[in-house]
Amino acid sequence: MKETPLSNCERRFLLRAIEEKKRLDGRQTYDYRNIRISFGTDYGCCIVELGKTRVLGQVSCELVSPKLNRATEGILFFNLELSQMAAPAFEPGRQSDLLVKLNRLMERCLRNSKCIDTESLCVVAGEKVWQIRVDLHLLNHDGNIIDAASIAAIVALCHFRRPDVSVQGDEVTLYTPEERDPVPLSIHHMPICVSFAFFQQGAYLLVDPNEREERVMDGLLVIAMNKHREICTIQSSGGIMLLKDQVLRCSKIAGVKVAEITELILKALENDQKVRKEGGKFGFAESIANQRITAFKMEKAPIDTSDVEEKAEEIIAEAEPPSEVVSTPVLWTPGTAQIGEGVENSWGDLEDSEKEDDEGGGDQAIILDGIKMDTGVEVSDIGSQDAPIILSDSEEEEMIILEPDKNPKKIRTQTTSAKQEKAPSKKPVKRRKKKRAAN
Amino acid sequence: MAGLELLSDQGYRVDGRRAGELRKIQARMGVFAQADGSAYIEQGNTKALAVVYGPHEIRGSRARALPDRALVNCQYSSATFSTGERKRRPHGDRKSCEMGLQLRQTFEAAILTQLHPRSQIDIYVLQADGGTYAACVNAATLAVLDAGIPMRDFVCACSAGFVDGTALADLSHVEEAAGGPQLALALLPASGQIALLEMDARLHEDHLERVLEAAAQAARDVHTLLDRVVRQHVREASILLGD
Repeated sequence: MKETPLSNCERRFLLRAIEEKKRLDGRQTYDYRNIRISFGTDYGCCIVELGKTRVLGQVSCELVSPKLNRATEGILFFNLELSQMAAPAFEPGRQSDLLVKLNRLMERCLRNSKCIDTESLCVVAGEKVWQIRVDLHLLNHDGNIIDAASIAAIVALCHFRRPDVSVQGDEVTLYTPEERDPVPLSIHHMPICVSFAFFQQGAYLLVDPNEREERVMDGLLVIAMNKHREICTIQSSGGIMLLKDQVLRCSKIAGVKVAEITELILKALENDQKVRKEGGKFGFAESIANQRITAFKMEKAPIDTSDVEEKAEEIIAEAEPPSEVVSTPVLWTPGTAQIGEGVENSWGDLEDSEKEDDEGGGDQAIILDGIKMDTGVEVSDIGSQDAPIILSDSEEEEMIILEPDKNPKKIRTQTTSAKQEKAPSKKPVKRRKKKRAAN
Repeated sequence: MAGLELLSDQGYRVDGRRAGELRKIQARMGVFAQADGSAYIEQGNTKALAVVYGPHEIRGSRARALPDRALVNCQYSSATFSTGERKRRPHGDRKSCEMGLQLRQTFEAAILTQLHPRSQIDIYVLQADGGTYAACVNAATLAVLDAGIPMRDFVCACSAGFVDGTALADLSHVEEAAGGPQLALALLPASGQIALLEMDARLHEDHLERVLEAAAQAARDVHTLLDRVVRQHVREASILLGD
């Protein structure tokens, strides 16, 4: 499916909100969404959820012959796939640009930074080395795939255990997990990507953009760092022009964020380790929250009804009787009559209240008496200013002005005074001047 | 290679340059008659050739036409004989795709695409020698200028590295292969804006500023050179026209 385009309204809304330092989900400019890490039953399998973006990472290993120019080093292979379930726009043939970009970024971040000791993956130099393959699948796309994918990759690598191997002279023995416990990989450091989205030609920046923000951004800067504040990768993409101090500032922010995320990862790994050791339940099934809707069962919430009767009586006593609505038909011309008035048009509230509204008709008015409602609507009488022009036969002469911000509906009132006033509050209080049409 | 010093005690690099020195750059514009614009650049041993077609009508699907801007299409191709070992696939592999995307991003920002709506500008770069992104960008800039396509400013690129506490400018192949941090920077010299920034391998955050500064300075030096080349080319062309 083609991606549904973002409407101009939404784009403008998002950009204006960003200019006012507001984000749709209420985060601050430098805040990350909630990160949840859960592990599967096998070693090396994990799911990372960054807000709603979900990435599954799986590490596997195989004994292969090494590359010719690097005979003593193991091989690392990364593959990120954008699964079709992640977003409707992801189709088997269509995603090449984004896919290439993400894959290259993952490769550079994890391979070139030498986070894994590849020499330790060598079994027999020149003949047999371990090939570690990291497969990442994007399960749900809600923005910022890169960060989630990098966290998933590094967590999966840290969690993974490879089978133990021993070399005696010419003999190489590969032990199964039952014979000897699998061995973890030797990881030097954990590079984590932090994404910065730029808006309005670099004037505003946001950390961890979600999907909507990504659609309106001008460009993206990705900085991969580890907790020792070493930068592993910087990549700027999109059409933005950066300045040197922007880059330096982003790297400082990235340092802080990476420290937090690394702590979270270590804690998650530790928890999982503990659960496995204690023999508790682990795996994806356990980490998916139990959200069950029990039908035909409603929790009874106890309510105190002891003084309800008294309260009801009070309310009834204080309320005044409802007003009588008098409406006599008005004859405009032979054949055209009008009974009653509609509710006053409240669009005029937004305009300048100095403008006098000449409404062509309506001497008949429905007048609301001052009903004191418990909602606390205040009602004020307007004292007559100039000579009040009383037009109708109705007995009710009081005019009620309802403050626009408390009660949006105004009933057209009988005209007494001419001018409209401007109330001191932000929204003007309107009074309409009614000219009497020809009888 | 063990024992190879990237930076000697006297401050000389493997090829005898100082830390901030660029390699010798030679460039020519207008090497191909058929193309709208073309350029050839040699940066040390790295040779890059760039060809520009456009602005012309969108080829292929009309649906890709942008109503207010031109479409910039870049393709990067690395010759099979360019690296130490013969490469099997000159284009279509991930690295070439990525390079093409990065070039496109750089030039989309620099070319005034608003002046040519509904058209397409193609930039093809052929690189001989496992050199760097910088030579490609410099060649492409000259080719775009040769084609007469309006740009905001020159786009000058240079790479930089970091060894022993010193920032090195314009890395050669040997220095790149040594595996230290490498930064590739594409700059618009007049405003100092960075069109593309790419870095690999570990570099401590405190050194980032120095390396950025070295790369920026080197890019400005490249700009002086390219400027001279362009003026020379224009002078030659006007002499031929008999002005």
